[in-house]
Amino acid sequence: MSEMAEATKTGDDGVQIDLISGQRMDELTTMEKIRLILDGVHDGNIVILEEGLTPDEESKLIEVTMGEISPDEFNGIEIETYPRSETRSSSLLGRLMGGEEPTAKLTVIGPANQIETLHKDESLISALVSRN
Amino acid sequence: MGLFTGLRHSISRVTDRLFSEQEPKRIGIYGPPNAGKTTLANRIARDWTGDAIGKESHIPHETRRARRKEGVEIERNGKSVTIDIVDTPGVTTKVDYEEFTDEMDKDDAIRRSREATEGVAEAMHWLREDVDGVIYVLDSAEDPITQVNTMLIGIIESRDLPVLIFANKIDLEESSVKRIEDAFPQHETVPLSAKEGDNMDEVYENIAEYFG
Repeated sequence: MSEMAEATKTGDDGVQIDLISGQRMDELTTMEKIRLILDGVHDGNIVILEEGLTPDEESKLIEVTMGEISPDEFNGIEIETYPRSETRSSSLLGRLMGGEEPTAKLTVIGPANQIETLHKDESLISALVSRN
Repeated sequence: MGLFTGLRHSISRVTDRLFSEQEPKRIGIYGPPNAGKTTLANRIARDWTGDAIGKESHIPHETRRARRKEGVEIERNGKSVTIDIVDTPGVTTKVDYEEFTDEMDKDDAIRRSREATEGVAEAMHWLREDVDGVIYVLDSAEDPITQVNTMLIGIIESRDLPVLIFANKIDLEESSVKRIEDAFPQHETVPLSAKEGDNMDEVYENIAEYFG
C-alpha cells in the first residue's frame, strides 16, 4: 500500500471505504490525522488505518469526537483494533530512545450508527457494516 | 523560546515535581459507563471521611463532571496513603441521546447526552494532565475486551501511570473475575462489590500498598 486507496462512491446504496497507508499517516501531525479520520467518518465512510494510532493520538481522537457529537446528526465513532500485545516494550528508556512506539495494528473506524462489532479477539475482528 | 527561558522552565518543572512528591496523589477512577465508579468512590470516601462524592444511578452517564475528594487517608497493615480521589465520567466513543429517552423526555435526554460528551472529554484531559495513578473499574459481569477498555489501558500504560484493575459487581451471578484477569494479565486485578461492600479489606490493602 503506498497511498490512500479511496473507493469511489457507487451511489446512495454503497458504503465508501478509505484505506489509509502507514506512510500517508506518517506525514501528518496528530490533528491532521484526526481531521482526516473524522472528516471521512462524518461523510459516512469506513476508515481503515494500516498502522493505527499511538495511545496519545487515540486519547485526542476520543476528545475531539466528543466535541463533534450532535443530536440526530452524529453519535460518535466505533473504533476497532486488536488488543495490544503484552510483550510490547514499555520501558521509559525505550521510549526516550525511540519516541512513542507505533501501535502498527490495523484499525477500523466508522460512524457509530453504521458499524457494529460482532466478535473480537487478539487475532480476529468481525464487524457488521450497514448502510446509513 | 530562548535558551534562558527554556532552562528556567526546565528547572521549574523539576522543582514542581520535587514539591509535588509531598502532596497527596491524585488517583483517577476510570472505566466505561455504568461500571460502578461513583459507587466505589462513594464507598471509599464514606469509609474514610464520612462523606459521599456524587449521585449514583443505573442510567449511564450519571457522572458528567470529574469530581475530586481531597485528602482521603487510607491506612492498612501499618501502611498509610493520603490520596485525592477523582471520580470521572465513564469513557466512551459514542453517545446517543435516544439511550436516555425511556427514562426522561427528549429535551432532558439531549441535555444529558451533551453534558456526557463534555464529561468524557474532561475525563480524557484529566488522564493526560492531572492524575498520578488510576483505579480502572470494570463490571465483572460484562465482557472486558472492548475497544474503550483496550484503548484506555493502553493510554494509561503509555503515560507510565500506576494502575490497579478493580473487578466490580462480584455480587452478580454472571460475574467472572477470571475473564478480567485473562484480558489484562499485566495488571493486578482486585475483585469487589462496591455496592455490597464485599472484599473492601483487600481493596484498601492494595490501594495503600500500590499508591503509598
